[in-house]
Formats: sequence, structure tokens, C-alpha cells
Amino acid sequence: MAIEVRIPTILRSYTGGQKSVEGSGATLEELFADLDGRYEGLRERLIDDSGVRRFVNVYLNDEDVRFLGGLSTSVRDGDTVTVLPAVAGGAR
Amino acid sequence: MRYESLLDAVGGTPLVGLPRLSPSPEVRLWAKLEDRNPTGSVKDRAAAYMVEAAEKDGLLHPGSVILEPTSGNTGISLALVARLRGYQLICVLPENTSAERRMLLEAYGASIVSSPAAGGSNEAVRVAKNLAAENPSWVMLYQYGNEANARAHYETTGPELLTDLPEITHFVAGLGTTGTLMGTGRFLSEHVPGVQIVAAEPRYGELVYGLRNLSEGFVPELYDESVLTSRFSVSSADALRRTRELLSDEGMFAGISSGCVLHAALGLAAKAQAAGQRADIAMIIADAGWKYLSTGAYAGTLAEAEARLEGQLWA
Repeated sequence: MAIEVRIPTILRSYTGGQKSVEGSGATLEELFADLDGRYEGLRERLIDDSGVRRFVNVYLNDEDVRFLGGLSTSVRDGDTVTVLPAVAGGAR
Repeated sequence: MRYESLLDAVGGTPLVGLPRLSPSPEVRLWAKLEDRNPTGSVKDRAAAYMVEAAEKDGLLHPGSVILEPTSGNTGISLALVARLRGYQLICVLPENTSAERRMLLEAYGASIVSSPAAGGSNEAVRVAKNLAAENPSWVMLYQYGNEANARAHYETTGPELLTDLPEITHFVAGLGTTGTLMGTGRFLSEHVPGVQIVAAEPRYGELVYGLRNLSEGFVPELYDESVLTSRFSVSSADALRRTRELLSDEGMFAGISSGCVLHAALGLAAKAQAAGQRADIAMIIADAGWKYLSTGAYAGTLAEAEARLEGQLWA
């Protein structure tokens, strides 16, 4: 089973510089736990007691997981999870 | 249609169907043409409301200086209002925005302070906040946290949509300051049971996200997650492709954020069609393509255009 997880620049120190890694799990929670096993400390940068950290955005196939099931969101083979920092955005 | 002066002509924009891009007569896309505002963007609504609110609060007097972190449309809108109401405007603008924006701002008489490209609008906000602290007499309207921004949409954009499309099922707009979605979203949710309020967020190149610590991120003060039904992240590749489709299929020359919004809207349309449900999906065309011509978005192959957009703030 392979789920692609795209890592933002700021967190690539945890993944040995890789911008994309693979993981497995039935939910986002399991997926992050799986990644943490191989890339120690990564999970803690993404999650705190209340769920996904405030200035971190996580997208499942481009949809913000806060509007799906948060950390309980189901994931499956072939999905893409993208992690991005929260920014002010572009040209307003 | 007749107006006493240009500022009276803000809003009241047309809602135009997209028959060629809509999947079927039961699943229809509609575009609200916000480029039909006095300075050519949806921001004219927020700018007019924010200045009026500041005047009512006694913050602005003839000759007052208005300061704003803005990489384009808000600055241009404020430049018009400032010009006509007798205020000076200083914009803090990231370096990596298109030439047309800077030229337009200066043509309207605004001054520009540049902030570093890396970190994009976050950095512009930071620089502006520092400047405001150093110059207490300057007025920073602060579009990211000013309730008049969202209120403009609650009082104008939302009601216009309801009048033109009472059968609306989805509202899709770009997510930036979040004003459009918060104001329009709240209004529509109060009047249309079950309406979906969907955000289309631009996903930029890595330069924009930078290397800043994750705990120093930025979430606009206006943002209230509970107003949205879903939020999509759209790549520049997809936004570009859809912007070109809008032009080639419907003849609509729109800015790149509109491509971003169309991508999300088409996803919603496909879902509705697959579920056998009818849908009337209204999307915001925030501005036309004029300011983006120099980015090369409309010429050459998609791959070439995408490469050129790398590192730029295109929405």
C-alpha cells in the first residue's frame, strides 16, 4: 500500500531532504504514525493535542482535511496527502 | 444605468452562465464578473466599505495616510478611493508581483514599499505592521482582519447572488483574506438551506512558502472555518489550464485566480453529476487577465507558462 505524502521545504530536514515520501495506514492518524516511525519527529511538527497544528494545512487529494474527518479521515492506496504551511496567500 | 460618480458604480456585477463548460442543463456553472467593478476587481467592494467604516469611526481626515499590505488588487482599489476622497496611500508589496500591478498603483498616485519576495504576503503583512507601529498617525485598514471587508460581501455580493440565482446550490470563490467567502458565505447560508460554501486556495511554488518556522504561520483574522463547507488547494498548473479553458471555451478573459476557482467548481460539478443531483454553482471571477499578461500565462504551451509562473504570486 502506498500513499504519497508531499513534504514542505521547512520539514524536509526530517525526511533526509526528500520532498515526497510514502506511507501507509487506514486513516491520516495511522499514516502520520507510520511516517514518524521512519522519520522521527515529523509527526510532532504536524499534530498537537487538538489535531492538525494551527499553522499547518493538510490536504487529501487537494481537499483540506479539516473539512473531511480531520485526523480520522480515511486514506487509501493511491491517495496523495499534501502538507503546506499556512501563509497569507497571494496577491490581494 | 446611471451613477453620480465612479464610487457609486461599485458592485451590481453581472452573473453569466457558462453553457459550454457546464456538464449538463441540470448541472450549471455561473460566473459573477467582478472585473466589472470601477478598478477591475472584486476588491473595490471591500476597499469602499473599509474606507467608509474608517471615516465613520473618525480615523480618516483630509490628507490622512492610508497604509496597506497588498500585492495588487486591494491596493489598486484603495488607490481609487484614496484619490477621490483625498487621502494618501502607501502600499507594501512583495517584489515578485507582476509589473502591471506596480504600474497601476503608481499611476493612481500610490507610493510603494517593497517587501522581500521570499515569504510572499506574510512578509508584506509583517513589514506593514512594523511601519504602522512606527507611524501611529498612519491608518492601516488591514484587509485581513477588517470586518468591513467581509461585511461588504454580506451586504452586497451575497444579496446580488440571491437575487440573480435563487436556485444556487454552491458558491465558490478564491481564499485570500477570506472576506469574500466569509461575507457571502454567511449571507447565503442564512438564506439558502444546504448551500455549499467552497474555498479555492492557490497553491504556489516553494519560494512563497519559504523556510519560516511553522509556528510563525499566518491565518487571516477574518477566517472562520465554520462558514466553509470545504476548501480545495489548487496548483498553478491546474489554475493555468482552467484559465485558458475559460478563455477558449467561453470567451472569458479572466485572471488566474478565476482558473483556480473554476477548477474547484468543475470538481463540484462532476460530483453533482455523478450523484444525479442538479446543481447551480456560482463562482467569483475576481478580475480579468490584463494584469497577468506579462506573466506569460496566456501564451505558449501550458508547460512553458507553468515554468514562468514558478515563484510568482499569481492570485
